[in-house]
Amino acid sequence: MAVLTYREALNRAMTEEMEKDPNIFLMGEEVGHYEGAYKVSQGMLAKFGEKRVIDTPISENGFAGVGIGAAMVGLRPIIEFMTWNFSLVAIDQIINSAAKMNYMSAGQFPIPIVFRGAGGAGGRLAAQHSQSFESWYAHIPGLKVLAPYTPADAYGLLKTSIRDNNPTIFIESEVLYGSKGEVPEGEFSIPMGKADIKREGTQLTIVSWSRALMYVLPAAEKLAKEGISVEVLDLRSIRPLDEEAILTSVRKTNRALIVEEGWNVAGFGAQVAYLIQKDAFDYLDSPVERITQEDVPMPYAANLERSSLPSEEKIIQKVRSMIK
Amino acid sequence: MMSQPKTKKETQDLFELYRQMLLIRRFEEASAKAYSMGKIGGFCHLYIGQEAVGVGAISALEEKDYIVSTYRDHGHALARGLEPKSLMAELFGKRTGIVAGNGGSMHFFDKKKNFMGGHGIVGGHISLAAGIAYASKYREDQAVTLCFFGEGAANIGSFHEGMNLAAIWKLPLVMICENNHYAMGTPEYRALSVKDVSVRAAAYDIARDHIEGDEVRKVRDHVKVAVERARRGEGPTLMEISTYRFRGHSMSDPAKYRTKEELDKYKQGDPLIKAEKDLIGSGWAQEEISKLDETIAKQIEEAVDFAEKSEEPPLGWLYKHVYAENM
Ligand SMILES: Cc1ncc(C[n+]2csc(CCOP(=O)(O)OP(=O)(O)O)c2C)c(N)n1
Repeated sequence: MAVLTYREALNRAMTEEMEKDPNIFLMGEEVGHYEGAYKVSQGMLAKFGEKRVIDTPISENGFAGVGIGAAMVGLRPIIEFMTWNFSLVAIDQIINSAAKMNYMSAGQFPIPIVFRGAGGAGGRLAAQHSQSFESWYAHIPGLKVLAPYTPADAYGLLKTSIRDNNPTIFIESEVLYGSKGEVPEGEFSIPMGKADIKREGTQLTIVSWSRALMYVLPAAEKLAKEGISVEVLDLRSIRPLDEEAILTSVRKTNRALIVEEGWNVAGFGAQVAYLIQKDAFDYLDSPVERITQEDVPMPYAANLERSSLPSEEKIIQKVRSMIK
Repeated sequence: MMSQPKTKKETQDLFELYRQMLLIRRFEEASAKAYSMGKIGGFCHLYIGQEAVGVGAISALEEKDYIVSTYRDHGHALARGLEPKSLMAELFGKRTGIVAGNGGSMHFFDKKKNFMGGHGIVGGHISLAAGIAYASKYREDQAVTLCFFGEGAANIGSFHEGMNLAAIWKLPLVMICENNHYAMGTPEYRALSVKDVSVRAAAYDIARDHIEGDEVRKVRDHVKVAVERARRGEGPTLMEISTYRFRGHSMSDPAKYRTKEELDKYKQGDPLIKAEKDLIGSGWAQEEISKLDETIAKQIEEAVDFAEKSEEPPLGWLYKHVYAENM
């Protein structure tokens, strides 16, 4: 098995798919000559040329629309947002055009497009550059929303997204690009809507995804040393959601904690909590709990940033209080 | 006034353009009526008064070319040859509608005719049009994309971004601003920094054109020039075609923001009456024109009847098409 970084895994997925299908192209700011703001498209311009790796001016609404238009007539664009923060000026196109075109046209115009780029909190980038928008996009019927944590998942899910005939919101984590992991050799893909059990346990289920797992997994490790057995579920796919995996786990452990990097109010974890109380109510030994980013714009100061995010410490405390 | 059509071909051609314009006019009148009777829901933006623009422009296209429209899409759809029956059924929200009752007035789509939709967000469709043109360039399929929008849309970001992208990539795109002088109740002089939208072409260093839109053949001739330019790979054109809507912005708008005098003045230049005069001047008998009127009246009656009698979509279709199937 090869050890790849998250960014290399993404790069490999795009490259392999583009080699196979001439209808796929990559478009975005700095994806070509600069090789990606986070170097995800390294080497791709040299390999595919300017026709298929296209640098755009700074005009997210414009090039998101261009991608959707091209998808209407059968191309399969991958649109990179330098970060998801800037997708907000394109959100009209994503929601009003991409998500609804197939429905409005009664199936005449599917939009096979991937919107991808860096999301989540970054190293002290402050309020406008450290935000998680999974919940925003997951709210919209017609979109699929993915947030992989490991390089192997990034590879396998990006392949699935590129092959999917629907608009996919593929949220990479800004701080995970350099993280390494084993990626099996050879072609594989991972279906959407399949959560991954990152760790088996018996006393409590933590549901999480993307970078928040960086806090969850070591916390679970430490709790194990205290004799508390935590099961960790990585959703990977926010929409479609693996409801079965969540329910199965909670019915086994009888407790659930949801840890996410996004905000609390109307956050995606609320949906998961609703699901659990609805379909696993009788199995619960304590209320479903959530740990989220604090209900504030992201502060710049290092200590405040840290304290606003989920952390190992917060998770450990919360789990202890739930088990008691 | 353009010179009278002379050859047989020219006069027949004018007759066909007139037929399309009349079909739109009657279709719209029928939809207004059905709307007032509560048979059509939602917004309903009529195209009455602007027929020469849509018909003239679309007649300059080939079959392989694409059309992207706004929420005011009935006229464009009919000019492209979409069936009045399925359009009326769509307005009535029936399963036989062009998009099976999923779209309504603002969202006509027909893939077979490369009719790429009515779109409800002002100006949002402009970058989609650039994307369709982008795909033509990518595939070298020699198709041209025609995008209609109102002067109100020329103030929105998507317009500027779409124009810039089309310009830097020399996309085969013809942008037609149908300037009917009002964006809902806002007259152009209160919203536009320029008197002529097409001068904004200068900002993107692309070709421009500006004409009055009351003579259908003139519209076609001018649009043809832009379409050919696009097909030759010389990039987009921004055209302004002045026109006027005789009705309110939508069916719910009594249009109190403009005077009766103004409306009357424009009605003098009704593109349909002009085309009819042309027809008579070029030797068509009044009889033939009246016969056409009857034929169309019947066609529209049938469309309304069809819409009326069609069934509503089954409730089981609610979740159909939220996602496309994966092969
Ligand atoms: C982004 C957006 N803002 C506002 C509206 C509401 N709205 C619908 S049509 C319209 C006027 C548009 O005028 P114009 O572009 O000149 O086209 P016309 O209706 O004259 O054909 C407005 C404000 C909308 N649909 N989308």
